[in-house]
Amino acid sequence: MRSGGVTRVDVRYEAPETLQAAVALLASAGEPAKILAGGTDVIVQMETDLIEPALLVDIKKIPELRQIVAENGGFRIGAAVPGLTIMDHAALAKTWPGVLDGVKLIGSIQVRGRASIGGNLCNGSPAADSVPPLIAAGAIARIIGSKGTREVPVEKIPTAPGKTSLAKDEIIASFFLPPRAPHSGDAYQRFTPRTEMDIAVVGVGINLTLDSSGTCTAARVVLGAVAPTVLLSKECADALIGTKVDAAALDKLAAAASAACRPIDDKRGTKEYRIKIAGVLAKRTAQQALEVARKN
Amino acid sequence: MATILEKSGFNPDKKLKIVGSSPIKHDGIDKVTGRAKFGADMYLPGMLVGKILRSPHAHAIIKSIDISAAEKLPGVKAVICRDDFPEIKAGSADGDMTRNAMAREKALYDGHPVAAVAATSESIAKEALKLIKVEYEVLPHVIDPVEAMKPDAPILHDYLRTKGVKGADQPTNVVERYELGIGDVAAGFAEADVIVEREFDTKPMHQGYIEPQGCVASTTEDGQIELWCSTQAPWVYRDRLSNILKIETAKIRIQQSEMGGGFGGKTGFYPEPIAIQLSRKARRPVKIALTRNEVFRATGPVSGTKSRIKIGCKKDGTITAAEAELIFQTGPFTGSAFTNAPQAMFTRYALKNVKTVSYEVVSNRPKVNSFRAPCVPQVVFGVEGVIEELARKIGMDPIDFRLKNAATEGYKTIYGETFGPIGFVETLEAAKKCDHYRTPVPPGQGRGTASGFWFNRGGETTGTLNIGIDGSVTLILGTTDVAGSRISISMMAAEELGIPVDKVRAVMADTHSLGFNRVTAGSRTTFSTGMVIIDSARKAIAELCKRAAGLWGVSPDAVTFEDGYCKPAGANVGNFEPLSIAQIAAKTMATHGAIAGHSEMNVTGAGPGFGLHIVDVAVDQETGRVDIKRYTVVEDAGKAIHRLQVEGQFQGGAVQGIGWALNEEYCYGKDGRLENPSFLDYRMPVASDVPMIDTEIVEIPNPRHPYGLRGVGEVPVVPTMAAIANAIGQCIGVRPQSLPMSPPKLLKLIDDHKAKK
Repeated sequence: MRSGGVTRVDVRYEAPETLQAAVALLASAGEPAKILAGGTDVIVQMETDLIEPALLVDIKKIPELRQIVAENGGFRIGAAVPGLTIMDHAALAKTWPGVLDGVKLIGSIQVRGRASIGGNLCNGSPAADSVPPLIAAGAIARIIGSKGTREVPVEKIPTAPGKTSLAKDEIIASFFLPPRAPHSGDAYQRFTPRTEMDIAVVGVGINLTLDSSGTCTAARVVLGAVAPTVLLSKECADALIGTKVDAAALDKLAAAASAACRPIDDKRGTKEYRIKIAGVLAKRTAQQALEVARKN
Repeated sequence: MATILEKSGFNPDKKLKIVGSSPIKHDGIDKVTGRAKFGADMYLPGMLVGKILRSPHAHAIIKSIDISAAEKLPGVKAVICRDDFPEIKAGSADGDMTRNAMAREKALYDGHPVAAVAATSESIAKEALKLIKVEYEVLPHVIDPVEAMKPDAPILHDYLRTKGVKGADQPTNVVERYELGIGDVAAGFAEADVIVEREFDTKPMHQGYIEPQGCVASTTEDGQIELWCSTQAPWVYRDRLSNILKIETAKIRIQQSEMGGGFGGKTGFYPEPIAIQLSRKARRPVKIALTRNEVFRATGPVSGTKSRIKIGCKKDGTITAAEAELIFQTGPFTGSAFTNAPQAMFTRYALKNVKTVSYEVVSNRPKVNSFRAPCVPQVVFGVEGVIEELARKIGMDPIDFRLKNAATEGYKTIYGETFGPIGFVETLEAAKKCDHYRTPVPPGQGRGTASGFWFNRGGETTGTLNIGIDGSVTLILGTTDVAGSRISISMMAAEELGIPVDKVRAVMADTHSLGFNRVTAGSRTTFSTGMVIIDSARKAIAELCKRAAGLWGVSPDAVTFEDGYCKPAGANVGNFEPLSIAQIAAKTMATHGAIAGHSEMNVTGAGPGFGLHIVDVAVDQETGRVDIKRYTVVEDAGKAIHRLQVEGQFQGGAVQGIGWALNEEYCYGKDGRLENPSFLDYRMPVASDVPMIDTEIVEIPNPRHPYGLRGVGEVPVVPTMAAIANAIGQCIGVRPQSLPMSPPKLLKLIDDHKAKK
């Protein structure tokens, strides 16, 4: 029931064709509003009565949110580009295989036909599969609101389960993936009991760069589903930087990953189990990222 | 009632033209095009949307319910609660049924219906639910059956006393203690060289049908009720609804929809009585379609169990005694069918000394419902673990160990039946010979086997066969088609009549159109309804012969029926051209009208079924994740009528068992609320989680059926969890004794085992 009335108002649906119009709609909305991209979270949450928005702003008709373009040696991915389109992008697949692995693990083929990385991030789940590799990649989100444009590292966006740092009238327009140094590689692995249609019990995204001798000079290690938000762990990165990513470094990484976890016991996994698996998975993901880096 | 059992006409040498093939299902096109109408697909003019208010508490006294504000909301046409259902004594079968449909004195589980609304739209109905004021007095609750058995456990029903215990006079949660045995187990164990005793536990799992319960109820001013719903048991629903709503059966007409999966879960009603009462109050048709959340919170899972199993054998493999103590969780009301378990758990081995004690226990979770081989797979999970352990201890191949002890024709079972011809030995031999078992276990993997048994069932069944004017045939069937019975029964009719199966079409009757049909369950439908339709076909054939005799002016005895034609029985009858069914049917107006056959029977003579599963698994030793690499189901079908359907039953049983074995589990919070009421977090396997399931159909005919068939719906799930656990045990060095064998539990088992070494 809304605004003192006795009958329920049906949801108002708007599909603006410009970002400015979308922002204006959100800014002027007096009632709970939700941005709709693929809808694979929003529609499901409405169906199961978890949310009851009065206004849906569909952003799929805004052209710049639906395209992937090369920019300054990197890539700009529209926030509402569906997962399958990202997976089909050959240059992205070559440069950022870890980001693509994250996208590939979202839901099922049908879900990926709709779901976007913008939605995956804004849903605010610490278990979102595309978020750890985006953060590991150093992706920057471009946010448009009534007050203008902000460029924000992805790790600054989730603040708590289901919550983000976006204002009511702000929309993520795109993500920028920076250019790569030689001998760089990224990877994302997650653990789920099932092969697909499942939510990560633990996810690990790692992006690293080697020098010509094979020593790790830079690393970003990101843990998903082990804390209220996705974690960018400096301790994990430090375990790799300056090493050849050998067995000793991997053990140190595993220990750092387990130590960084602040998980909960829930229906998707126990605390104890998540802590153990974070270590196992960090190792496996680092090995995969290392192989990619050696080839580049 | 007529019966053809004594003259089933089973002839192993008969050349079959249709039975044993795999024609396209007549209902298949509708299913793949989306035209098939399921429970929620009925629309009537003026139809309202029904929604149910459910208890958020696992155990609470309902002090008051105020529906007045909800009734005043524009668009709301009816609001009902316990006051709208007839009072029926608590503790009786009908009393339990009405209380499960709509809570009365207490809410007994999270999701228990407490009120319902019918409104002109779903959103109005949902708003109205929020306006219903329910005053609860929350009570301590108990979820686990072992906890529920403790003396200080919260008591669900003050009136409950344990059945089967002399002098039980205290309130309890133990519904019944049931003892069943044969011989002398003490003497048997004294003879044993090796004894293994282990404890096991299994969790409730949901039947997981894709189609949530959906129904439309419509009532007339003079009290006639029509109900369209997804059900495995139209007649049983009708009779029970008649009992709890106090309406004559002749005034309740139930039309079953297509079945979007039931597996036993649609043998008892949920929203149907609510839709009827809403419709009676609103004087409009009312549809209720449950959401998945409601399905998980309030419809039947299977029983979780605790069991202790002890088996002894001699060095040569002969089992000398077996003993079991079993506890079954049943939800807040009795009805788990737990006595199946002690009757079936060891049955397939020719045991002389067996002792079992079983308990059924109530607790604050949804009432359990049937699932393939109710209550048996849970305990076979333990039995077959002990069997493989014994075999390994004495250095015998596990299948040879089972062969050594296999029951054969003439064995008198623990439940009193003496086996006729059965195929357990042949099933085991086929398993030993199959490619999977002969292939060495791949490195890093483990292999397990397990066997299972199910009684198979018969029961009250009716059906009609009508011959059209062009010689094509329609069947009127009552038993719900849950897994392809329509095509199999059509094939048997076609075989009898000597016509192509495409000339036969079956419709599913409403409850006014046929006499009582027992529920589709227990692997009884293709067997029993097949029997009734074969009988109907033979009656129609007798009538066809009579008509041909009339046309030829000879005695009916002088006409025989063969391959679709009436023919003179011998040369002396006269020189008449054979008459096809179509030719005779074309003349029905000139003879004595329509030609049909009808039959009703209480079918007996179901042939028991036996199966053996072989599975190879790999286990990720760092995460505890299991990968099912290869799976083979070997089972005796008696005679596979439609081979693809039989294979589908084998595969489906194994797949459901894989889910039960590995990940399916209800997560309850400390507050007694279900935390994972969705397919996202209730982890049924997805397609990519299971390999292609290989099948081997063994055919040892059941001579009490005209074509020799045995039911195949239950056995395929019985050994699955045991086989997988045995395989995991081979892989990690310790055999899991608790379901589900989910990654966290398995990793702990692996780590503990490593620490011990």
